[in-house]
Amino acid sequence: MRITTSIFKRELGGYFATPVAYVFLFFFLVLTGVFTFYIGGFYEREQADLQPFFAFHPWLYLFLIPAISMRLWAEERKSGTIELLMTQPISMAQAVGGKFLAAWCFTGIALALTVPTWITAAYLGQPDNGVIVAGYIGSFLMAGACLAVGACISAVTRNQVIAFVTTVFVLLGFVLSGFPVVLDWVSGWAPEVLTETVASFSFLTHFNDITRGVIDTRDIVFFGSLIGCFLVANAIIIDLKKAA
Amino acid sequence: MIEIRNLSKSFGDLKAVDDISFSVKKGEVLGFLGPNGAGKSTTMKMLTGFLDPSAGSASISGFEVGAQPIEVKRRVGYLPEGAPLYADMTPHGFLGFIAEVRGIPAAERAGRLAEVVRKVHIEEVLHQRIETLSKGFKRRVGLAQAILHDPEVLILDEPTDGLDPNQKHEVRALIGQMAKDKVIVLSTHILEEVDAVCTRAIIIARGRILFDGTPAELKARSPEGRLDDVFREITTGNSTPDFPADSKAVASPNPNPDTVTAS
Repeated sequence: MRITTSIFKRELGGYFATPVAYVFLFFFLVLTGVFTFYIGGFYEREQADLQPFFAFHPWLYLFLIPAISMRLWAEERKSGTIELLMTQPISMAQAVGGKFLAAWCFTGIALALTVPTWITAAYLGQPDNGVIVAGYIGSFLMAGACLAVGACISAVTRNQVIAFVTTVFVLLGFVLSGFPVVLDWVSGWAPEVLTETVASFSFLTHFNDITRGVIDTRDIVFFGSLIGCFLVANAIIIDLKKAA
Repeated sequence: MIEIRNLSKSFGDLKAVDDISFSVKKGEVLGFLGPNGAGKSTTMKMLTGFLDPSAGSASISGFEVGAQPIEVKRRVGYLPEGAPLYADMTPHGFLGFIAEVRGIPAAERAGRLAEVVRKVHIEEVLHQRIETLSKGFKRRVGLAQAILHDPEVLILDEPTDGLDPNQKHEVRALIGQMAKDKVIVLSTHILEEVDAVCTRAIIIARGRILFDGTPAELKARSPEGRLDDVFREITTGNSTPDFPADSKAVASPNPNPDTVTAS
């Protein structure tokens, strides 16, 4: 726990040691604002809820999460510090976990900074706060799942651009897997069970369920197990391919 | 304290390290010599548990690197090749992080930190970001990281690379000071360094041990007493008739490193 905390602190500090954190937070807040108030029609709807705010999160994460996750391992490989890190008396789980938690905490900070949107809704009307809390939980869980996918991909390469582009592509698959654009690839030849399985991996479906205010155990288990699986894959990849 | 038994590492068809065995005792400073790509770094990476060997095994202070990597890593201070560091941190923050990960108790941390900072002379850059430091300072921060927990075993991959002559002298003096109660293995290209700090030299080329003995013995191979000539002779394969080119002949454990290995 002590070691995981040390790695977590170093990693999170790393975001704020460079302009990366501030640039990210700035654009995250600007884009959530634009999507909520202009494209989402927050005022025009005349409803005191954050539906237009949360509706765009999957699409924002599609491009912003890879920007956070791309450096997690690729940078360690590129600079050679992976050798320094992995020759410290730490376990693989501590390294992978500490790094992931730091990135996840960073997205948590970004989400926390959007609270003024909630305050705006609360000022203008009586929003259902339970639904909004559920929305935040769902968004945070989805961010974690996206980060785990990104961390795993970042472990494969020493090039951050490759990590970024690949992660965007894979996340697009996850976000859209409930839609014909992905399902048509599968449904033509695969049994229906497989098509349904692919459809059930849709981030959008699970996320939308939660933001409607229903925190279903299945959705939480879905994001949780996805995080677990990708972190295990992350550890295996680092273990198999330590040298750059 | 260090034992390497029939260690091999292949990358595809390339045999980077080919069945090498040797042991190093407390108080010894082993200089690892060899041309680029000889397998020096690969051997060190396997010894520190970063790379898994293709065959063979190694143990440090009685702990098997393969089976108990954490125990091994606790007892080893390692300066990887090129001294990689977290560029966005300051030496102070970086060494604090290493102290935490190494489990140095909070009460002793400040004292340990001050001591190594003084030893490697990085006081003036302590709060400057590592990426802005000169190569010499970076190398010394890397060295500070390796000795921070006062390890039993020090493995240093080219510790003086990129340092100016004065800094080289300081680092060698530092290694000399620490030598008596540690096991130190260092790799180098600089032959005079072997003469200056090492009690034993191993020459490795194409993954095999070609010489194992004292620097004095190494020197004695050349009529003029020049290490450069001997090094070139051994590593290019033009062995003198009295020198066994067959690595097996010299790779067998030598109970007393002060005696002449090669006959």
